Amino acid sequence: MKDEVTSTEERRENLKGMGCARKRVEDVRFTQGKGNYVDDIKMDGMLFGDFVRSPYAHARVTSINKEAALAIPGVVAVLTAEDLAPLGLHWMPTLAGDKQMVLADGKVLFQGQEVAFVVANDRYAASDGVEAVEVDYEDLPVVTDPFKALEPDAPVLREDLEGQTEGAHGPRKHHNHIFTWEQGDEAATEQVMSTADVVAEEMVYYHRTHPNPLETCGCVASMDKVTGKLTLYGTFQAPHAIRTIVSLISSIPEHKIRVVSPDIGGGFGNKVGAYSGYVCSVVASIVTGKPVKWVEDKMDNLMSTAFARDYWMKGKIAATKEGKITGLHCHVIGDHGGFDACADPTKFPAGFFNICTGSYDIPTAYLSVDGVYTNKAPGGVAYRCSFRVTEAAYFIERMIEVLAIKLDMDSAELRRINFIKKEQFPYQSALGWEYDSGDYHTAWDKALEAVDYKALRAEQAQRIEDFKAGKTRKLMGVGLSFFTEIVGAGPVKNCDILGLGMFDSCEIRIHPTGSAIARLGTISQGQGHATAFAQIIASEIGIPADDITLEEGDTDTAPYGLGTYGSRSMPVAGAATAMASRKIKAKAQMIAAYLLEVHDDDVEFDVDRFAVKGNPERFKTMKEIAFAAYNQAIPGVEPGLEAVSYYDPPNMTYPFGAYICVMELDVDTGEHEIRKFYALDDCGTRVNPMIIEGQVHGGATEGYAIAMGQEIAYDEMGNHKTATLMDFFVPTAMETPTYQTDFTVTPSPHHPIGAKGVGESPNVGSVPAFSNAVHDAFRAFGLVQSHMPHDHWRVWRIADELGLHG
Amino acid sequence: MIPAAFEYHRPADLASALSILNTHGDEARVVAGGHSLIPMMKLRMTEIGHLVDLQDIASLRGIEVTSDSVVIGAMTTQHELITSDALATALPIIREAALLIADPQVRYMGTLGGNVANGDPGNDMPGLMQCLDARFTVEGADGPREIKARAYYESAYFTAREEEEILTKVTIPLPAAGHGFAYEKQKRKVGDYATAACGVIVSGDGASVAMTNLADTPIWSEQAGTALAAGDVDGAVAAALAAIDPQEDMRGPIAFKRHVAGVVIRRAMERALTRAKG
Ligand SMILES: Cc1cc2nc3c(=O)[nH]c(=O)nc-3n(C[C@H](O)[C@H](O)[C@H](O)COP(=O)(O)OP(=O)(O)OC[C@H]3O[C@@H](n4cnc5c(N)ncnc54)[C@H](O)[C@@H]3O)c2cc1C
Repeated sequence: MKDEVTSTEERRENLKGMGCARKRVEDVRFTQGKGNYVDDIKMDGMLFGDFVRSPYAHARVTSINKEAALAIPGVVAVLTAEDLAPLGLHWMPTLAGDKQMVLADGKVLFQGQEVAFVVANDRYAASDGVEAVEVDYEDLPVVTDPFKALEPDAPVLREDLEGQTEGAHGPRKHHNHIFTWEQGDEAATEQVMSTADVVAEEMVYYHRTHPNPLETCGCVASMDKVTGKLTLYGTFQAPHAIRTIVSLISSIPEHKIRVVSPDIGGGFGNKVGAYSGYVCSVVASIVTGKPVKWVEDKMDNLMSTAFARDYWMKGKIAATKEGKITGLHCHVIGDHGGFDACADPTKFPAGFFNICTGSYDIPTAYLSVDGVYTNKAPGGVAYRCSFRVTEAAYFIERMIEVLAIKLDMDSAELRRINFIKKEQFPYQSALGWEYDSGDYHTAWDKALEAVDYKALRAEQAQRIEDFKAGKTRKLMGVGLSFFTEIVGAGPVKNCDILGLGMFDSCEIRIHPTGSAIARLGTISQGQGHATAFAQIIASEIGIPADDITLEEGDTDTAPYGLGTYGSRSMPVAGAATAMASRKIKAKAQMIAAYLLEVHDDDVEFDVDRFAVKGNPERFKTMKEIAFAAYNQAIPGVEPGLEAVSYYDPPNMTYPFGAYICVMELDVDTGEHEIRKFYALDDCGTRVNPMIIEGQVHGGATEGYAIAMGQEIAYDEMGNHKTATLMDFFVPTAMETPTYQTDFTVTPSPHHPIGAKGVGESPNVGSVPAFSNAVHDAFRAFGLVQSHMPHDHWRVWRIADELGLHG
Repeated sequence: MIPAAFEYHRPADLASALSILNTHGDEARVVAGGHSLIPMMKLRMTEIGHLVDLQDIASLRGIEVTSDSVVIGAMTTQHELITSDALATALPIIREAALLIADPQVRYMGTLGGNVANGDPGNDMPGLMQCLDARFTVEGADGPREIKARAYYESAYFTAREEEEILTKVTIPLPAAGHGFAYEKQKRKVGDYATAACGVIVSGDGASVAMTNLADTPIWSEQAGTALAAGDVDGAVAAALAAIDPQEDMRGPIAFKRHVAGVVIRRAMERALTRAKG
């Protein structure tokens, strides 16, 4: 059979494989309002659950009276901790080795905490029921400041842990202390600090914010009393992990549980953990025998399900007077809220914060992190970053600026002379990581040239003159950021969540007519997996991406995997996809050789076919091979053409990038304008450039929000002050900057296709760029450090404190 | 975020609406665009037994421009205020201010009447109406009466309107031809209420200055107007600042708001002066 497409190039384009800016196949349904989200699920007899939440941040619950609520027509049940206790489900384990109340067990630890679960025939009755439950509270002293929480006479928050001096991650030093995590060489670092030419010291705070996915968290639990099988639909970023955890805590056997993540409207780390709503919905479904739906509203989401950051990072950075960095010291106070519900790999209670030496060759370093309980919501999840990497990147990129001020140096130059050099990779960092590959100098030079860095500095110098002369009230900041991420968790030898190894998987079935279905252990929340992973298969096997269906999220059909967060899908499941493809390709080669009547070694792969070596006219296309695989008796070869691969990565991947922001700031109103935002990303091999660009735009917009206004704020009484989108800043198209994207390509040496992952880089890299721009604008007037978010009043306050208001 | 149950009424004329209000007393509330009221109901901060929807009452809609005034029906939406060319010619400051309210989706629903009636200090139209010396017509069982915008606001959510009265229209005297105008507003993002906002009109007849979200009611400063009319911008800004009483919120502390108010007020005055033609 001769095919019509003849040139190799045409045949390659026809596949829409790796490197093709293929349009996202998901967007057809999303742009037509045809997505299928959890709240779209309707089942016969479905009930609705809603929470009674605590108005207090710290209080004893002295009584709960359900009577009035149960009297409301449509209200079916009201669950409290007392009801869950006999099942042992009034508390649940967190992913961080702590435990968390499912429903208030005698006390509440944060405002918005779940106190009772009202189940009703519809949402409206559930909501009325919530209003009618009478709860008596006796308020207790509130601690919202983690430093005060560690004072000797601070109130005991976690009475359940009283007297317990050993936590999940070692000794607890105080009744509100969770863990201490240390990395690096303390004595050597102290030694460097005491003998260095220059030491710059600063407290860098990365404030509390929230991933705020557009779609909130929710689930539908449906226990089939006949089969004894529980189906749990939910907004899960890790459906298989949820299945195993549900089985472990409910003792329902795992084969009797099916977890399904349908379309997910953004996750950003908020949907990794286990929430009270899931447990209560499952219990309510078991008790009532009916499906039970629970979906948060926006206030619930911002108040109770996982927040991100809240890290107080005290840094010391030592250098020679020429600017060569000799050591880094960092101590972190991490505010975890009322329960430690971080979603980090088990052995990493502060995530991968020890990537905080950044992109620099820092020979000696020491890090210690103390986790602390406060009367705030639990969480500390990775909001579009690999576990605490954005905190680490922000920390080091601020410390570089602080050091540059101390040395009176240009910070672009300071970065350049400290970058890890291309030839140093694989690079062993002082805090324990092995960076796989990088070429920082090339990326940095390209970035500085693209924005005409010299001209910007000249313009800025002129602006400062004009400002001092009273000709303008606007200052100009140039914000630099060079980040190295650590993503793709991770090698099973050191990465697990609750004991579940962090490999991932892909299963591919080629149909007899040459099209295919592939299933992965990950789950897209908007990243475009169905588009990008099909492109890998297309290039690897030689069937068009358009002929490949990609499915994720149903634990009854998808192979086991640990889900999507920490930019792990491309590094881990993407690798599994390539490896499964290669298994298929190997079998296809045997079939092709048989059909062409030559030895296996005498055929070679050519885009979409196997051809006889030296005789390209004699070939079998993948379509022909697929048909033969199913329908022809081939001696020594099993029928069928499918494969599954479980991939345990040998190392993390280390994407990097150079971001530069040019900002105008009005010193009187505190308003800003982003004049330019340049983002160079190196994520190794680029599978779909359009998706990469989209990810950079989205992540940088989140970074913009975080740096310039987004925060979760509490008052001293622990009242949540930013529970609606009026006060929780989410930029609209009007505020969102215009981005200029760029790239270099430094493939990962250990990944089968050299890809590193990109989804989180823009959040990690952009926050320091925006924040540094604000700092840079005021550098000439003496500003060293000012905490985010840089909203209007805080920028105004910087100017005011520097005496710029006359 | 689900309101408590309520009865929904949708009368076709004003008399029926008034009679429903009379029957149910403070159990009943009118709803216009719903973009202030419904969020409060969803938060269960306001519980209402009877909701009286005004949208079928045709007599409450429309914009009428005459030689010396503009009359706007209470149910006219902010979107309609923006798109009316006749209004933009007669009173361009209304389009300028309305474009700074919320976002297009809210403005398709939100009405002028709803914006001025309820006394939310964050709303932009009350300050603007004070600046323009508008009069509100309210109608109850005893028939219509007029209240000056400058006398309408008592404190946050407390106004001179009786509970059983409906605000039917707003009458605005036309400022002199060639008047200068400006509505300046600083906000955190599109869709936000003002950190500080100020409306200014200047003409041969004098000047008028009013401010939004800088106290628990809109603030109209007669002294600021007098100073501005005399060409004393510094004095006018000082007078305006003396009249405000901003509160701390997520937009910032009081000192910041005062500072920003000074900038916003000055910008509004300077822009109005440059636009004034004689
Ligand atoms: C996200 C968002 C942002 C916003 N930003 C701004 C902003 O920047 N600036 C601004 O000015 N506004 C803003 N608003 C408010 C918006 O303009 C409202 O729609 C408006 O204030 C109220 O008008 P309404 O027609 O929606 O009134 P409703 O919500 O229907 O009613 C408001 C109140 O007025 C009463 N009422 C309504 N009509 C009458 C009447 N004819 N007679 C007597 N009483 C009446 C009601 O009983 C109720 O108490 C915002 C709203 C939202 C949701």
